[in-house]
Amino acid sequence: LAHGGGGTAMRALIDDVFLQAFGNDPAVAQEDQARFPLSRFTAEGDRLAFTTDAFVVEPLEFPGGDIGTLAVCGTVNDLAVGGARPVALSAAFILAEGLELATLRRVVASMAACARAAGVRIVTGDTKVVPRGACDGLFITTTGIGTLPAGCDISIAGGRVGDVVIVNGTLGDHGAAILCARGDLALDTAIESDCAALNGLTQALLDAVPDVRAMRDATRGGVAGVLTELAEASGVTVRIEEDRLPIRPDVAGLCELLGLDPLYLANEGKLVAVVPAEAAERALAAMHAHPLGRNAAVIGTLAEIPASGRRGDVRLVNRLGGQRVVTMPMGEQLPRIC
Amino acid sequence: MEEEAELIRVSGVVQGVGFRPFVWRVAHRLGLRGSVRNRGDEVEIVVAGPSAARAALVREIRQGPPQAVVRDLVRVPAALPEGAGFVIADSAHGNISTGIAPDLATCPACRAEIRTPGARRAGYAFTNCTDCGPRFSIVTGLPYDRQHTTMAGFSMCAACRAEYDNPADRRFHAQPVACPACGPRLHFVMPGEGKAADSLDAAVAVLSRGGIIALKGIGGYHLACLATSDDAVRTLRTRKARPAKPLAVMMGSAAMVMDFCVPTVVELALLRDPAAPVVPLAVRAREAGRPALSAGLAPGLDRVGVMLAYTPLHDLLLERVGLPLVMTSGNRSGCPQVIDEASAYTDLAGIADGWLVHDRLIARRLDDSVMAVCAGAGRVIRRGRGLAPASLPLPPDMAHAPAVLALGADLKAAFCLAGNGQALLSAHIGNLDDPGVQDEFRAALADYRNLFAHHPAVIAVDAHPDYHSHALGRQLAQEAGLPLLPVWHHHAHVAACMVEHGVGVTSGPVVGIALDGVGLGQDGTAWGGEILLCDYRECQRVGGLAPVAMPGGDAASREPWRMLLAHLDAALGVEGTDAAHHHVPIAALDQRPVAVMRAMVRTGMNAPRGSSAGRLFDAMAALLDVAPARLSYEGEAAMRLEALARQAPAGDDALPFGLRDEGGMVRIDPAPMWRAVLRLRAAVTPAAHIAAAFHRGLATACADVARQVARRHGVETIALSGGVMHNAMLVEALEMRLRMVGLHVLLPRLAPAGDGGIALGQAAIAAVRYMEST
Ligand SMILES: [Fe+3]
Ligand SMILES: [Mg+2]
Ligand SMILES: [Zn+2]
Ligand SMILES: [Zn+2]
Repeated sequence: LAHGGGGTAMRALIDDVFLQAFGNDPAVAQEDQARFPLSRFTAEGDRLAFTTDAFVVEPLEFPGGDIGTLAVCGTVNDLAVGGARPVALSAAFILAEGLELATLRRVVASMAACARAAGVRIVTGDTKVVPRGACDGLFITTTGIGTLPAGCDISIAGGRVGDVVIVNGTLGDHGAAILCARGDLALDTAIESDCAALNGLTQALLDAVPDVRAMRDATRGGVAGVLTELAEASGVTVRIEEDRLPIRPDVAGLCELLGLDPLYLANEGKLVAVVPAEAAERALAAMHAHPLGRNAAVIGTLAEIPASGRRGDVRLVNRLGGQRVVTMPMGEQLPRIC
Repeated sequence: MEEEAELIRVSGVVQGVGFRPFVWRVAHRLGLRGSVRNRGDEVEIVVAGPSAARAALVREIRQGPPQAVVRDLVRVPAALPEGAGFVIADSAHGNISTGIAPDLATCPACRAEIRTPGARRAGYAFTNCTDCGPRFSIVTGLPYDRQHTTMAGFSMCAACRAEYDNPADRRFHAQPVACPACGPRLHFVMPGEGKAADSLDAAVAVLSRGGIIALKGIGGYHLACLATSDDAVRTLRTRKARPAKPLAVMMGSAAMVMDFCVPTVVELALLRDPAAPVVPLAVRAREAGRPALSAGLAPGLDRVGVMLAYTPLHDLLLERVGLPLVMTSGNRSGCPQVIDEASAYTDLAGIADGWLVHDRLIARRLDDSVMAVCAGAGRVIRRGRGLAPASLPLPPDMAHAPAVLALGADLKAAFCLAGNGQALLSAHIGNLDDPGVQDEFRAALADYRNLFAHHPAVIAVDAHPDYHSHALGRQLAQEAGLPLLPVWHHHAHVAACMVEHGVGVTSGPVVGIALDGVGLGQDGTAWGGEILLCDYRECQRVGGLAPVAMPGGDAASREPWRMLLAHLDAALGVEGTDAAHHHVPIAALDQRPVAVMRAMVRTGMNAPRGSSAGRLFDAMAALLDVAPARLSYEGEAAMRLEALARQAPAGDDALPFGLRDEGGMVRIDPAPMWRAVLRLRAAVTPAAHIAAAFHRGLATACADVARQVARRHGVETIALSGGVMHNAMLVEALEMRLRMVGLHVLLPRLAPAGDGGIALGQAAIAAVRYMEST
């Protein structure tokens, strides 16, 4: 791919890639904007949900997905964990000079497939080509809108003492897959990214348990990041049990080797849901029945803040009953053991 | 001659140590009239009589009773008092600061009394007097009076009351005074068994058959079992999930100590200190037919931590068992020590077979103190029962420094309240990674600040933003609208040693040798083997160990083989290490994922570079096959290496380190040392010999750099600090080399050299900086 000052031929080539992939959507007319009838939204809910995310990843393609699947799933999931039904996405691409057209075609194709599977349409977008070195191959920004059903009120501040914390499957797969895919750690594993659109799963969960209190996708910062936010925002102590964390043995082994904690590794198809204790069984059953929730597990509970405790603690109880406070590092993790 | 009167105000450690009756007895002897009373943290004496007699009184007061520390004594003229005699008056309220005494081990008089058949307190486990007994652990408020202790609920019988009220009695105003008729009682609780007729006998029976009891002591519960039984020790370790960390042993008498250990004279004296610290002692060689300490007490080490019985309860128990007892803190691994019955029954279920409890509450948790003899003196390794809350004087020119609260470091958490020319370093609290310990830390902070009426003007924390103590300090500063002063880790280490030795604000800089594991350095990397030029304001790195990668970050601190590989690769190159590994057995690297570690180092993936001295010890321990693949407690590898080195015959050969100038600082390069070690290994030199030569080599290198830097900057004082300075072999070698070239060496003594003492340095630095910025 050449950076050609917007030459017509190049333009046409790129347009062709996108048109082929995203196809003949009635919303995608030859206008500068996608247009939707309002009735479509008001029929499904009483609020609009709206989110955006920028995606950069090295390498662009990795076991279990590529930057395109990340871009679609990430934005779909940001809508879904709020209880919204994703409707449509926009996608903006920044391509570096020198990016192989075949790579772009594969990424775009996987976006299309991923969007189709998730039941959302990619309805508008933009592309720019920048000089080599100005960007690392390919950056994608996706924006999504969805409808939020009346009465649905899921909030990170919604957790209450006694609630249980559920995850929908194994932790850290995406972060581990990316580390291995970089190829410079002399590692040979079969770990795949968990990249997946979760809107089907959240729908199934909400159908079974309408009073889900809080839900977040555990992307960057991992489950630890979500739990520290949850504890802080809800004003509770989050107690999780090491024994109950679903972690693939190869991911656990990799973490051990690299000195990393799977709780902090990124996920791209995992969510943390907080539900009332009495709904835990129902929530688990609904998740287990869905392909993306087969390994769902209760990992902990929300507890009262102890008398001398601090607001927003996450406490990990290990196998021997010992405990450890889980915090988010301020910057790059520095050694602490003196 | 006309009678004159004066007011004498005495401050220091003057309450809870029998100060007032002491004054009473002296005044009576000298025929003086007047009164003595506690006022806030001071003792106030009004005295009338001839000036010579008054002068004699002042002379004796300056000496004080055995446990008192008189810091200040002020005399002013006063109006003549009323009344004929000399009386002890009720306490008055006043400014409260730090005049409260630490807990004191049983005195000889009380020890004798409980063994006197027919005596009122024969066999009584809660006997005490003004010279001994619980203090800080039972205090609930100030001034130190019975109603402000956990003895408040026990009302004295007539006999005890008479002793308490009689100034001539050794129990005069001994606040915890008690006897079997009116005081606390023992109970032995064993699941499925009825009430024992004699609690002590029942406990002894469990111990004697190899069982484990939970025992309520002064500052918390202990778990006890026979220290001579391998089975009992193994059971305790399994139940407590504590595979290798040394277990402390309690002995009943110095004679028992001599039966099982080989203490030096200084060590024996240290054992007998009223603080009754745990002191690591060389273990006596086994002899057939004689009981010996279990080898499971301190696996891989040549010393066992020993303390003497410090309460009558311990005393009676040890006497009846007749053998040393393991006495380790009663907690689940990693959690704070249990101090109340409810937690003891739940938390220690599954560990203890029986519970020996009593009904005197423990007001605050105090772990046993640990002290070791190094370079001729006893030095604090862990500050706890018997030492806290004694305060240290700040250097005189810091007398008017603002009040500072310093929060210390994370792994050996202890905070410091400074102000009024004093620094009060809290008892050791634990590892703040544990949320229970964090709760304890916050509670202790509130407790001390309330008890000592401390109102800081500034809060000091370690500069590491991910320390829990840093986050807590930030929160406290925000809530109170106070400035937050982050202090560099190693600057604080050195400053702690400076404060202890009275180095003043204007004394000019010292050269600090700060050796420890890892602390955040001024360039954002991990430091830990540093030579610093510092005063209280500033700290400049002028030399130190060359950095190497730490593959896995903190994992490299838990798994010494990672540091061995990183060090060898840095010294020899990857091919050089592989060739050496081919040539010389390096068991620690066999079957290890060497390629992945190297890839991490190459790509910088979680392999931060650090100049840690502690990790150099770990690497050497790994090479010499004394480090486990994964450490089960902090310092395990380094302690085993020191133990190994002590087995070597005396010598003076030192492994060669390289010294080179690099950007204005002197780098200590371990590469030549590693090459030499591999040569010695190839020549099958005994590991102990290499370990000893390693200690001397590092000491030589550090002393050389310190000497160069000191000469360049016109400095004559060298302060040693950091957790590695708990290594007596290294410190003694270093101290000798520095002294030989005429340098003045400061060694930590009352505050731990390790992170447990760091809050003291933080407080001094913050006080000076704040004082000079306003
Ligand atoms: Fe340190
Ligand atoms: Mg987002
Ligand atoms: Zn006594
Ligand atoms: Zn009595």
